[in-house]
Amino acid sequence: MADGDRYETHEHDVIVIGAGGAGLRAAIEASAQGASTALVCKSLLGKAHTVMAEGGIAAALSNVYPEDNWQVHFRDTMRGGKMLNNWRMAQLHAQEAPDRVNELEEWGALFDRTADGRILQRDFGGHRYARLAHVGDRTGLEMIRTLQHNAVHKGIDVYMECTIVRLLKDGDRIAGAVGYWRESGKFVVFRAKAVVLATGGIGKAWKITSNSWEYTGDGHALALWAGADLIDMEFVQFHPTGMVWPPSVRGILVTEGVRGDGGVLKNSPGERFMFRYIPEMFRAETAETEEEADRWYTDKKNARRTPDLLPRDEVARAINTEVKEGRGSPHGGVLLDIATRRDADYIRRRLPSMYQQFMELADVDITKEAMEVGPTCHYVMGGVRVDAETQASTVPGLFAAGEVAGGMHGANRLGGNSLSDLLVFGRRAGLHAAEYARSHTSTPTVDTGEAEALVHESLAPFDRTEGENPYSVHEDLQECMQSLVGIIRAEAELRKALDELALLKQRVARLKVIGHRQYNPGWHLALDLRSMLAVSEATALAALERRESRGGHTRDDYPDPDPEFGKANVVVRQRGDEIAITQEPLLAMPDDLKKLMEG
Amino acid sequence: MAEETVTMRIWRGDKGGGAFQEFQVEAHEGEVVLDVIHRIQATQANDLAVRWNCKAGRCGSCSAEVNGRPRLTCMTRMNLFASGEPVTVAPMKTFPIIKDLVTDVSFNFEMAKRVPAFKPRPREPDGTYRMRQEDIDRVQEFHKCIECFLCQNVCHVIRDHDENKPHFAGPRLFIRYAELEMHPLDTNDRRELLKTEMGLGYCNITKCCSEVCPESIHITDNAIIPLKERVVDEFYDPVKFVVRKLTGRNKKV
Repeated sequence: MADGDRYETHEHDVIVIGAGGAGLRAAIEASAQGASTALVCKSLLGKAHTVMAEGGIAAALSNVYPEDNWQVHFRDTMRGGKMLNNWRMAQLHAQEAPDRVNELEEWGALFDRTADGRILQRDFGGHRYARLAHVGDRTGLEMIRTLQHNAVHKGIDVYMECTIVRLLKDGDRIAGAVGYWRESGKFVVFRAKAVVLATGGIGKAWKITSNSWEYTGDGHALALWAGADLIDMEFVQFHPTGMVWPPSVRGILVTEGVRGDGGVLKNSPGERFMFRYIPEMFRAETAETEEEADRWYTDKKNARRTPDLLPRDEVARAINTEVKEGRGSPHGGVLLDIATRRDADYIRRRLPSMYQQFMELADVDITKEAMEVGPTCHYVMGGVRVDAETQASTVPGLFAAGEVAGGMHGANRLGGNSLSDLLVFGRRAGLHAAEYARSHTSTPTVDTGEAEALVHESLAPFDRTEGENPYSVHEDLQECMQSLVGIIRAEAELRKALDELALLKQRVARLKVIGHRQYNPGWHLALDLRSMLAVSEATALAALERRESRGGHTRDDYPDPDPEFGKANVVVRQRGDEIAITQEPLLAMPDDLKKLMEG
Repeated sequence: MAEETVTMRIWRGDKGGGAFQEFQVEAHEGEVVLDVIHRIQATQANDLAVRWNCKAGRCGSCSAEVNGRPRLTCMTRMNLFASGEPVTVAPMKTFPIIKDLVTDVSFNFEMAKRVPAFKPRPREPDGTYRMRQEDIDRVQEFHKCIECFLCQNVCHVIRDHDENKPHFAGPRLFIRYAELEMHPLDTNDRRELLKTEMGLGYCNITKCCSEVCPESIHITDNAIIPLKERVVDEFYDPVKFVVRKLTGRNKKV
């Protein structure tokens, strides 16, 4: 072994990769179960993408509407997901979310209050009742800080600014992981009985995205390379409201809370266009007139929900069409207006971050003017196929929770269901990973030869005297995914994307990095690109396979949903160098839950 | 400013030393300092080290000193600076350099570990916690903290006195203590710790921390001064002193 290839070794029962909401909650639980737990994250603790979540945590606490309960939440989630969700996950999620929110409060979180001192809940798209526990428009910050403060006292070993490049196996079973310290560029081998993936999403493969640099699909790729199944990778959520101007802020999220708190979408002639885009599935529960829609904010019994708050896939497609047909705003979005509908104090109190973000970055005072907004790549519904109860993947010892796991949200996620997902399934993953570790007394063996080879391979870009700049390749990848695997897809474009991805793969194999190993972002990107390419390919292949339109997957050449495709998940798995795509039947929903879907 | 070439002077180096390096780079309409740093990174210096995550002022990762003033580079617009003048970007001074604009902020995480945990009172009989919005407003102000550590960076107690770090929590952590002490549900008492181990007395309320806070938290007025008052009440009130001596108790009253 060459000197530069040396690595340090750490041993734990459970390692959790990713320290957003799901990873933190998983680590807290695993540790509470007595497992020796490591938490490994690419950034500093508390900086994960969860910090950017704005609107709230969906949970049927029934504080604002006593009519609300888990059954209604379950129904909303399944319908929002176009019935493709893993029903059992959706059920557990709806049942356990209130406990998880109350637990956060017990750990010190301070949610906004109702008049009688309980947790206030706000309206959001696709939710029948005001359901989101929130703190202004910075709920994610409250959540991550609460979990972070709680975790600090739990004896968890935290490895900050440490990137995992590959999982290790002992036979069929997970044995650990190989990673590197971003600060020093030195390598680490973790030996572990169980690994929980909580790495979030894949949005950095697209050009216009609300996601941070960390969202390079690491967990999806690690699982794929380790032989685990991915499902639903064709379903990528484009959030309808990202900033569009100036160019430097394009894609930054504008919370759905703006619409939840009274904001409406308008096109350039000033029309509230969403009334023209109400799909059959939601017609019975959506307002037909502006008058009814406006009344709904205060009277949910006698008025139906505004179409501005249809599920995100519907709103994003509608905005896309308005812009394409020439009714867009000056910079290619549409207008989101709360200024003419709510008073300035209310807006500043409910949406302080939005106010600051537009004022400082776009010179727009949202209490006086409309915002310009358009779709931005925000979330991947697809991910590691897991068992609903335990979050176990198809590889023994490998678990996944949060955005990196698939199934919970089906074809489209409702706003607010992400933060609750992180808590509910983060806890379950931590619990069952610890149990798995306890039931396996022997620590699996790590193949040191394999570990050394991975270190060597990761350092290869330093040895090349010629090769491309990783930033150029990343830019081309983003361009490819944005233009060919975006909101609206078609077979010819998807095939073209796959051809381009094959070429990009060759370019990634020839990348050259300059400088040395210490805190070298060019090198980090060169390694992250391998994950981004793997998830991009999985997404394009799954999108090609699903010849219908549903939720976060719209095919120009197959514009309608197809009931046959409504019965199956598209599964992506890798064996050797080959990626296989299959369709596999959904889990059958029991009759008593089916009844909830009626009416 | 549609598009122009700007001069950026960026500190480059590591703990062994370094110097400002000058870059000529394009800046486009609406861009912030971090955008321009990213362009340098992508086109001229792939290995230029800078921390960032959200690029929307939420995560507090991209703190640096821009033309001498501590700022989030993602929220600092380029049009703030006079056209033609170079813009200087240096790492935060108070923390040890790792590389270029990246510093070792582990001091803050170590201090966070020493904060005694939140300890809530029991729930109401109906299983809820009842709190009035007006009773949590002031604590919610502290919860806005994004941990950019700019307040720690400007605090003169540690900025020029590394030796104070082991016994001075700093403004960020004083906010943390304040939010716990003022939390309607909390039952823990951290006042003695603040006085004896966290160096609350070192702060002589110059308000430098409040001035640089990107979240506009009134760190000095709303957190540090009230904490000082609570400590004074507890330890210099003769009645409480006698009670403490007689009962051996040291609880919040």
